[in-house]
Amino acid sequence: MSDIKTVQAPIHAASQRRHFVRSVLTNPTGLLASVALLIVITAAVFAPLLAPNEPSTVQIFKVNAPAGDGYLLGGDGSGRDIWSRLLHGGRNTFLGALITIFIAASIGVTAGLFAGFYGRKLDLVARWISDGIMALPALIVLLAFYQALGASIYLSMAVFGVMLSPGFFRLTRNLVNGVKNELYIDAARVSGLSDLRIITKHILLSVRAPVVIQTSIVAGIAIVVQSGLEFLGLGDPSTPTWGGMLQDAFANIYVSPQAILWPGLAITATVASLVLLANAIRDRMQQGGVPVRMPKVLPLTVSDTLPGAAPDVLLDVRDLVVAYPANDGWREVVKGVSLSLKRGEVLGLVGESGSGKSQTAFAILGLLSPGGRVLSGSIQFDGIDLGKSSEDEVRSLRGRRIAYVPQEPMANLDPAFRIGFQLVEPMMTVLGISRAEATRRALKLLARVKLPDPERVFRAYPHEISGGMAQRVLIAGAVACSPDLLIADEPTTALDVTVQAEVLDLLRDLQKEFNMAVMLVTHNFGVVADSCDRVAVMKDGRIVETNTATELFAAPAHDYTRMLLGSVLEGGETRTYRPPMTEERRA
Amino acid sequence: MNDPVLVDCRNVNVHFGAHHVLKNVNLTIRPGETVGLVGESGSGKTTLGRAILGIGPVNSGEILFDGENIAGVPPRARKGQAAIQAVFQDPYSSLNPSMTIEDILTEPIVARRLASPADASQQVRKLLDQVALPSDAAERFPREFSGGQRQRIAIARALALSPRLIVCDEPVSALDLSTQARVMDLFIEIQEQTGVAYLFVSHDLAAVRHISHRVAVMRFGEIVEFGECDQVTARPDHDYTKRLLLAAPVADPARQAERRAAFRALEMTA
Repeated sequence: MSDIKTVQAPIHAASQRRHFVRSVLTNPTGLLASVALLIVITAAVFAPLLAPNEPSTVQIFKVNAPAGDGYLLGGDGSGRDIWSRLLHGGRNTFLGALITIFIAASIGVTAGLFAGFYGRKLDLVARWISDGIMALPALIVLLAFYQALGASIYLSMAVFGVMLSPGFFRLTRNLVNGVKNELYIDAARVSGLSDLRIITKHILLSVRAPVVIQTSIVAGIAIVVQSGLEFLGLGDPSTPTWGGMLQDAFANIYVSPQAILWPGLAITATVASLVLLANAIRDRMQQGGVPVRMPKVLPLTVSDTLPGAAPDVLLDVRDLVVAYPANDGWREVVKGVSLSLKRGEVLGLVGESGSGKSQTAFAILGLLSPGGRVLSGSIQFDGIDLGKSSEDEVRSLRGRRIAYVPQEPMANLDPAFRIGFQLVEPMMTVLGISRAEATRRALKLLARVKLPDPERVFRAYPHEISGGMAQRVLIAGAVACSPDLLIADEPTTALDVTVQAEVLDLLRDLQKEFNMAVMLVTHNFGVVADSCDRVAVMKDGRIVETNTATELFAAPAHDYTRMLLGSVLEGGETRTYRPPMTEERRA
Repeated sequence: MNDPVLVDCRNVNVHFGAHHVLKNVNLTIRPGETVGLVGESGSGKTTLGRAILGIGPVNSGEILFDGENIAGVPPRARKGQAAIQAVFQDPYSSLNPSMTIEDILTEPIVARRLASPADASQQVRKLLDQVALPSDAAERFPREFSGGQRQRIAIARALALSPRLIVCDEPVSALDLSTQARVMDLFIEIQEQTGVAYLFVSHDLAAVRHISHRVAVMRFGEIVEFGECDQVTARPDHDYTKRLLLAAPVADPARQAERRAAFRALEMTA
């Protein structure tokens, strides 16, 4: 995987941004909303040029006039041109919304950045204030201010901005809490950057996108509330606004019912576009990339009938190809892997990240990530062709005859349930035994994997035990049904080295006791030397070399294996300390 | 003749609530020296690194840098223009994903007004060259690089301010084997060129042996053994260091079988 990232052509900052904008616009919703908004905003900005009449010019004989005769959309209750008022009204409405957004965002985001970054008392006080503002009924406050301060809709919208600032505050504060412990913030501190610079540069960069979305939604709310206030008559009657037009049209609804349509449509279209645009940006961010289209023609799994494998062969994988959908067809991560595993044998599958070793294991388990497919090749387990078996048949093998031990023990235990429950439930389902019997067996297994106090672990929640203990629990669960094949994917990578030694000992003992075949996926040659009978070395989705462990370590045949073994930092001379020359230091 | 000492930690104690995370830690680092700090998870090795960097607390004790106590002093308030820098473990979260490599590398220089933005850009090329990355890397974003390359970028950022000590917190643990070896060699090469000292924090005794002059072993917040690299990593005195050494499997089936037997024998006597 890492290789693929590095071969990309250089991409410039500006093109990244363009890329983002383009992918929002290729989304049909995003495109529609952007076009609609662009039209409405352009119309509002150029209203004085576009409007055929002055918005306040009254022509008495055109009161409630139908469309035509110089008035594109007809006249309103006072004989003014609806079309011109609509254009000018947009201008005033947007100005009000801008005031609200500006005040809400600047108060909320600033407070959120500082409260989130410094935490403690500042955070506490800011949260009190924010909760206090949120508890106030916004509309009543606005009505009260209107009474006290007079008929300026802009003043009301400014007050409304303050009322909406807690939304920005809470959003920003939570985002900051998420990023402030990232290592790059530590690195910036170590470089000696001031807190102010860290906040305005590093933190603001990582919170900007959700804030943009929030802004779009708040703009919609501001327009609705502003129109609502004016509809109630709380605006300045001399300025044309969409809300004011609604009020006028409503007063004349029996005389000229169509007049209410135009301001209503303008408000609806604008607010809907803002919300849809916010959704489109959010969708784009959640995808994290341009959507990958599934290749149209799904290739079929080709599974040849195999000549009878040797009788002691338990697992026989031939020419396995695993692929994931990519922009231009399928990207192969396993490119024709063949391997076999005898009963009671331990095979090490070694390779670096992106070599396809885990994907091979997951293909055998039938647990490829979404989108992944076995494109060709065959997997035979004890004479059963897994490629031709149904989902149910594979599932019944999994857990019963093929067991799995994962890399991250903690991530594979459900934090909400006790350990005992997580062992007993699957045993009851898979083996069809009673709860009492399953409990008895589970306790026996926990003792078998050398957990010091099995009763206590059985009752414990996952967070109450260590990583090493959790891995023992998962191993207990894996061997519960005496499987024929155990697939362990980096089973000790997340553990401390002394715990690793103990867990490897345990795996080896259990392997002998149950005479299991084990496929041990690992990047660590020490672990291979410790536990494996045979080794397969993988690189870029292919096996480059297979041999017995003794021979492979004594005489690696492939260059890649030699390179890997040469990279093992083991033994060798240690360095001798020489104090540097003082002149050299700054060289 | 007494060697000069760059860093001198004296009886450093750190508490996190009821947890006594560092207990009377004493450690010295000489100029141009690598001191390996080995321990398992929760041993306090990262806490000590953060205390020296000034981004973690110190409850008592002194950390002398060039004879001056810097314990509990944040990096910005320290004299000597960021003489201590850091390379962290996770190459994915240690670079800001929304900044270009050039921005990442010039930020410390520009923000401290050590050079004009134009001069800083000039220096980027030199830094990238120093860590063996192509100069067109400057305009790209962190996500376009592999783990090993990101770690090289992090090293370049640490070098930007010409530090005298770099605290390396598990800098190669997240990397592939072959990448690990190359990054370790880069660390050594840079040390030989610039005379910077390293505190090399790791759980991997073999990696520590490869790069260190002296090694300290930590357990439960205490340094249980501190001495010459070869002695600590090949013939340790302390039982815990022996356990650590024998627990790490070697890439040779016959020798590993012996090592495993020795580890089991040690476990039995314990």
